[in-house]
Amino acid sequence: MSEGLITAAYVVAAVLFILALGGLSNQEKAKRAIWYGIVGMALAVAATIGTPGVGQYGLIAAMIVIGGIIGWVVANRVQMTQMPELVAGFHSLVGLAAVFIGINADLEMTRALAAQDAGTTAELAGFAATIAKKSAVELSILKVELFLGILIGAITFTGSIIAYGKLAGKLSSAALTLPGRHALNLIALIACLVLGYLYLGGAGVWTMIAVAIIAGLIGCHLILAIGGADMPVVVSMLNSYSGWAAAAIGFTLGNDLLIVTGALVGSSGAILSYIMCKGMNRSFVSVILGGWGGETQSAAAVDGEMIAADADAVASAVADADSVIIVPGYGMAVAQAQASVSALTKQLRDQGKSVRFAIHPVAGRLPGHMNVLLAEAKVPYDIVLEMEEINADFPSTDVVIVIGANDIVNPAAQDDPGSPIAGMPVLEVWKSRQVFVCKRGRGTGYSGIENPLFFKDNTRMFYGDAKASMDALLRELG
Amino acid sequence: MKIGAPKETAPGEARVALTPESAGRLQKLGYECIVESGAGTAASITDEAFEAAGVEVVASAADLWKNADVIVKVREPSAEELDAAPDGKTLIGFVWPASNEALLEKMNAKHMTVLAMDMVPRISRAQKMDALSSMANIAGYRAVVEAGNNFGRFFMGQMTAAGKVPPARVLVVGAGVAGLSAIGTSVALGAITMAFDVRPEVAEQIESMGAEFVFLDFDDDNSDDSGQTDGAETGGYAAPSSPEFREKQLEKFRELAPDVDIVITTALIPNRPAPELWTEDMVEAMKPGSVIVDLAAERGGNCTLTKADEKIVTDNDVTIIGYTDFPSRMATQSSNLYASNIRHMIDDLTPEKDGTPVIDMDDDVIRGTLVAHEGEITWPPPAPKVKAIAAAKPKKKEPEETAGEKAAREASELRKSLNRTGLMLIMGGLLCLGLGYVAPPSFMQHFIVFVLSVFVGYHVIWGVAHSLHTPLMAITNAISSIIIVGALLQVVSGSSLVMIVAAASILMASVNIFGGFLVTRRMLAMFQRS
Repeated sequence: MSEGLITAAYVVAAVLFILALGGLSNQEKAKRAIWYGIVGMALAVAATIGTPGVGQYGLIAAMIVIGGIIGWVVANRVQMTQMPELVAGFHSLVGLAAVFIGINADLEMTRALAAQDAGTTAELAGFAATIAKKSAVELSILKVELFLGILIGAITFTGSIIAYGKLAGKLSSAALTLPGRHALNLIALIACLVLGYLYLGGAGVWTMIAVAIIAGLIGCHLILAIGGADMPVVVSMLNSYSGWAAAAIGFTLGNDLLIVTGALVGSSGAILSYIMCKGMNRSFVSVILGGWGGETQSAAAVDGEMIAADADAVASAVADADSVIIVPGYGMAVAQAQASVSALTKQLRDQGKSVRFAIHPVAGRLPGHMNVLLAEAKVPYDIVLEMEEINADFPSTDVVIVIGANDIVNPAAQDDPGSPIAGMPVLEVWKSRQVFVCKRGRGTGYSGIENPLFFKDNTRMFYGDAKASMDALLRELG
Repeated sequence: MKIGAPKETAPGEARVALTPESAGRLQKLGYECIVESGAGTAASITDEAFEAAGVEVVASAADLWKNADVIVKVREPSAEELDAAPDGKTLIGFVWPASNEALLEKMNAKHMTVLAMDMVPRISRAQKMDALSSMANIAGYRAVVEAGNNFGRFFMGQMTAAGKVPPARVLVVGAGVAGLSAIGTSVALGAITMAFDVRPEVAEQIESMGAEFVFLDFDDDNSDDSGQTDGAETGGYAAPSSPEFREKQLEKFRELAPDVDIVITTALIPNRPAPELWTEDMVEAMKPGSVIVDLAAERGGNCTLTKADEKIVTDNDVTIIGYTDFPSRMATQSSNLYASNIRHMIDDLTPEKDGTPVIDMDDDVIRGTLVAHEGEITWPPPAPKVKAIAAAKPKKKEPEETAGEKAAREASELRKSLNRTGLMLIMGGLLCLGLGYVAPPSFMQHFIVFVLSVFVGYHVIWGVAHSLHTPLMAITNAISSIIIVGALLQVVSGSSLVMIVAAASILMASVNIFGGFLVTRRMLAMFQRS
């Protein structure tokens, strides 16, 4: 294939990727948009394989087939509740691939330079041949890009593995707070920069391997220090990093398609992180630098009592209600209650009641996690609304059922300036006529912040496992 | 154990403490239920209806008192009933221990366990058994209905073909449970409704029901910001007001009297005669045909002219209704609610759901309600641990900003954000210039592509629906594996190490490509419209 044709294929692929992302603006378009992405990827891979100088077709085909089968099996087996850990796991692969390609590029560069000295550049093939043509300044720039690619890739790799462990419940999701953790991160980062400087000065590949190891440690430590409730930010941040790593590698290889795609993914992840941070009213820096709950601020004590209600009472209130809003949280995912919630929704809608869902931007452990779970349980997406769309409707709602959510419905965020979540936008469920909170027990939940909602006059606590509670409610209504 | 409801003996009492519905619930708690024949007749509940619900119907009161272990009643038992009663029974009903000390002594002498429904503490948990509130709710509704019955005009204003009908103007004095219920009913009928209460914290409740709160402008040393007192310290009830405050209040009523068509007074202070709020001269000032309903008639009335249990018409044709049996006038509704309150009380008394009541002295609600137990008078109870209403927090008044201030603020915010954007552009521009100064042109070409892609990404991603953020992450995950291109370019190399590492990268990226796209497809296929 000629150079021109390859570039043309890359342009088409880049446009298709942009269309694929843009198509996600609406559920119906999205089903087609995914094909743009698939076609774009196929085109890009085919064009690259057709590039002059690329060979080893057998090896490439074998690797793609094996990888494809693994990917296929994983994608078909995964439960929708495991989406967060799946996404995190996939990120780690991109990160590791970026590190490998970066180190490879350095090895090739060394070979190319050696060949230049020996005057045998004509024998070089593939990437090494391209490098051999570069000037000294271009080589320095190449080294900076390489360094960045490896640094970001390594952080993404280990960070994603830790995030995967936390999300899959294989590691404690509590924030690890080592003494002087900020200083540790800073020292590690400075060490990386020093190594990078040495590398620019001509030190060998060992500096880059050391950078990869140290950056990997930073990634581990950074994510270990972040609590479970901040996971949506972390996952989208890692998403962003995997994009920047790809872009950095694109610079190294001088490949515009990699740059475009990396930049798209990078900005996508960055915007998602921003939306999540806004949803929690926290700055990005404070999320990244540390665990919630490390600092205990004095929140106003709540007086009053929590009043329990049984399925019978909830059922009679729901039966009398005309409008019901359900607020799902991570607890619903943990209890796998989405199917029961969907059955409940169907039953209530068949009785002519208005049933809607209110989704807070940070509900769950992944942006949009709740939407996917509800969609899986066949809840129609047009009754699943965002916080801004539904917050004004709570005062005219008869019954609100909160399932396994806590901070996102905490009125202290609005009323109590001393609360750790003061200023965070919340779903104003307490303005409705009656609130039922479905919760496992009396505890303060994940973030450890007292929730005055539970003590309000129009709130009743519906204790128990979310799935068991919803099934009991269904029986009472049936 | 057996729960029994006798026929009420007080004259005119139509309610009954057990209904077929509540009996069904009590049976679930492990009790058997019995009822005296004819107990529900006045409340339109036949003996057959009771029998159909599995309730045993016995012929006489004597049989009932003998067979039942727990007697549920509406009114306090009469002396004759008590004389005939066997020893050691449990009684649940209205007792009014403060004004019925002799009766209390007598019940105690019979070793009765007595739970007074009128003593249920006013805390959230006990709301379901607060019979006073349920009865007050009915009284408030009925008061408006009675008033309408005696009032010669519409409540709602109308424009008819024959001309305009003005709406009725209703004033409700005292916004307790009865008052709020009267406000709700009156608003629902379409009248212009005003309401007054000495507790300023109920203003919000009054306004939320669609009535206008009559506000008094009054400074007093005893209270912090207004003359209207804070109800949080008195268990949610009103406290007596100072003479100066009372004067001011009467002055306001005098001003309103000629304009209102219907006055409903519900003002009561615990353990005191009803305060006199609607004086003779106010009645005289009212228009002919106006109606006053005095819900405080039993305690002497809020209106000077009220006669308990009677309806009178004054010389200037103002009707004053002083009935004291509003709940009994709606016996079916009030029996239902009262029986429900009793059922909740027994529910709390039976934690094991085994048909055996347990008196738990540590339970605030049960302790507060219990007036006699095991041969001892346990009234008055110690103060409950939980306060009725959380103390009202002082409201901070935020200074209202004028239109000019608002415009100035918005202008300055806009300027700030423009300045910020400008600063960032300058900084970014300088950075680019610096980069362009040191970097070779081949780098800058790629850099342009990079910067433009970030901008495209920024605009495209903001358009993504929030509900599709998870599929977005999965698909970006898949396309970030475009890094496979890098590995493909490196796989041909003279060094076998490079080749192996590149092959591993291809493998990982393919896992990601296939897995990412597939899982995105799976997710998107699930989103369905209703």
